[in-house]
Amino acid sequence: MAKIMKINVLSAALFGAGMTAVVMTAPAFAEEGVKLVIDGEELTTEVAPQEGNPLDPVRSGWTFRSEETQALETDDFENPGFPLVDYGEELWNTADGSTGKSCASCHGDASESMKGVRASMPKWNKEKNTLFTLEDYINLSREEHQGAKPWKWESQEMLGMTAYIGLQSRGMPVNVSIDGPAKEWFEKGKKMYYTRYGQLDLACAQCHEDNQGTMIRADHLSQGQINGFPTYRFKWSGLGSIHRRFKGCMDNIRAEPFKRGSDEFTALELYVAWRGQGLSVETPAVRN
Amino acid sequence: MAAPKPRVKVPKKASKGEVITIKTLISHPMESGQRKDKKGEVIPRQIINKFTCEYNGQVVFSCDLEPAVSANPYLEFNAKVEDSGTFKFTWLDDDGSTYSTENKLTVE
Amino acid sequence: MTLTRREALGLTAGAAAFLTLAPRIAFAAAEETEAAIKAFTGGATPASGKVSLDTPEIAENGNTVPVGVSVESPMTADNYVESVMILADGNPAPGVATFHFTAMSGIAEAKTRIRLAKTQNVIAIAKMSDGSTFMDKKEVKVTIGGCGG
Repeated sequence: MAKIMKINVLSAALFGAGMTAVVMTAPAFAEEGVKLVIDGEELTTEVAPQEGNPLDPVRSGWTFRSEETQALETDDFENPGFPLVDYGEELWNTADGSTGKSCASCHGDASESMKGVRASMPKWNKEKNTLFTLEDYINLSREEHQGAKPWKWESQEMLGMTAYIGLQSRGMPVNVSIDGPAKEWFEKGKKMYYTRYGQLDLACAQCHEDNQGTMIRADHLSQGQINGFPTYRFKWSGLGSIHRRFKGCMDNIRAEPFKRGSDEFTALELYVAWRGQGLSVETPAVRN
Repeated sequence: MAAPKPRVKVPKKASKGEVITIKTLISHPMESGQRKDKKGEVIPRQIINKFTCEYNGQVVFSCDLEPAVSANPYLEFNAKVEDSGTFKFTWLDDDGSTYSTENKLTVE
Repeated sequence: MTLTRREALGLTAGAAAFLTLAPRIAFAAAEETEAAIKAFTGGATPASGKVSLDTPEIAENGNTVPVGVSVESPMTADNYVESVMILADGNPAPGVATFHFTAMSGIAEAKTRIRLAKTQNVIAIAKMSDGSTFMDKKEVKVTIGGCGG
């Protein structure tokens, strides 16, 4: 217990130091205007904001990383997220549950049926009358159509499937709808973005809007875009979900984090996705 | 969790005497033996400790790995090819399991 | 930006916590690294030259640091690079990986990704088929993420 408290104090202290820009060294950032090209296809990593978006320009987290980190995303073989994408593809074609159906039994070729899906998530589900993340849609299919047990949010199965489905939208612009009943969730997410949380009393906006591009200790603060999720993070040594990343931020500011899949994180996901409208989907991205 | 899965990238064709680049990656946590679980107990070491690349039965390149190699170990190296044949790649796990995969190459 | 009282308090307490935590972590001593080099070379002191390490000056995260090594050699049946040992002198143990080449490798080059627990030296020692050894050493600064994230 005592040790845990010490570590918390330590991270708070280091955080404080970062905010005053006490930084000795910084990684070699890639030159301005470097293009993200994957297998000959150029992705949009910088785009003008739509009306109401305070970010100008809107920039992918890729543009904030060092050359070495950036390079790993430009080659699908070197990208360490791909073994799990392969696993997702395998699961797509594997029968599961009481009906003996696979995803492919109903949805066929994912490269056609799932194209654009990631780009529009989270999305209003009329039938269920609530906002649905990609994970929610996958588990709905598993429970109601396959007769299978839902996957845990952060399981290898769920990450493999979200990565495989997400990859089918790679290169397409993020384009979430905030119209109709989704508007209320959007507003809730927006309110959260600007609300201070935790013992460090920080809002998302203080780091990812006001201080984007500056150094927080030796780290280059990004806009907190989510266009590359699930993302392979070196820190995680694996792929992780959007909600895991949100939870990580809340832990760091010493706040009581919301649960993965909670209404709070789903609302925040919609708002943060909207802040990245127009950026290419990069799933599975590579970050530090 | 899915079983460790090897991936290799080898050209399908090469000219005689050409030096080709080979990239390999296997999904594996490379548990270092340095970490502790939530109860404070050390998680035992379990890594890929040996990798071998053979071409037509002859060793081209091999590598001994320690826990300081990153999760999902990546290796890139070269091979000089004179004749058509088959590459065999083998990864050896601390638990005694071996994972292997083969790739054919045509030398023109 | 000015520090709030809370942040200032955290800063002092944090520095104290760091001092008490740091000595508990054991890292590979210089002697251990030295011993590993001697064991590999058979007691000889490696010369400089021929082998070169390619590492980032600064790594964004110590979990995945790309490392490349290349050795000048004709790579013929009677004159080739036998092996290259990679060490990291600031990890809990210095060993990282040993690459074994053959004349069939064509060129003595290899790349991998390694873990570095903190800022330290990465060392490559090449052993040639005639038994001679060469060494290169590069410091890699390992940064700690923003708020520990």
